[in-house]
Amino acid sequence: MERIPILRMGEFLLVTIQVDMHDQLALTLQDDLAELISRTSARGVLIDISALDMVDSFIGRMIGTISGLSRVMDAETMLVGMQPAVAITLVELGMTLPGVSTALNVERGMHLLRERVARR
Amino acid sequence: MIVRSSGTQPIAIEQDVVLARQTTRKLATECGMRLIDLTKLVTAVSELARNTMVYGGGGDMDWQVLDDSTRVGLRLTFRDEGPGIPDLKLAMTDGWTSGGGLGLGLTGAKRLVDEFELDTEPGKGTRITITRWT
Repeated sequence: MERIPILRMGEFLLVTIQVDMHDQLALTLQDDLAELISRTSARGVLIDISALDMVDSFIGRMIGTISGLSRVMDAETMLVGMQPAVAITLVELGMTLPGVSTALNVERGMHLLRERVARR
Repeated sequence: MIVRSSGTQPIAIEQDVVLARQTTRKLATECGMRLIDLTKLVTAVSELARNTMVYGGGGDMDWQVLDDSTRVGLRLTFRDEGPGIPDLKLAMTDGWTSGGGLGLGLTGAKRLVDEFELDTEPGKGTRITITRWT
């Protein structure tokens, strides 16, 4: 089955979405992440969407769900790299991703994630 | 107004929603659409194509590249012969959903395009036409 790879970097998990996702692929990623957070005791999840040229309500919902489920599993989620056109569209669509932490790029996201995990 | 080119593609499975987005992106790029307008249109197509697949039980997407001598536009029609939308007013309310979604599909798609037209009849199906001009 087709899957989006999840990399483990110390206590963090890194996901870089580089394909035009169909819905099942997004749902599989959600399940895979929950499973990996549990198995690796990850403290943070970094989702890089800089290669995504579109985020619709389905993908937006998936991001919100990942953020919520990682929180209840004692991990922080950081969404990074959203393209400006995608951000404008998402807000106009009515999705402001409440509760989802964001950073402009992977470097800043990783920095923020480390700070937050250290504070806990 | 003239129709420069047109075509149809099926929307039956999840992968067809991806293909609908890709066709729209290619056509909008050929029209010279700005990135932000293109992104809005592709996102609207994704919402509507998914509705056609999930709620309409599958259908088709018709596309037309339009030229009204001052501007170029892309018009897309999503057709299905599904159950139709029983309460249109309710379906066009932000946050209302009959499925498991967020209820932003129809209303969100409408906000992302220049023209939005919806015809639905219970038991007969639904037809939604959207247009975005360059």
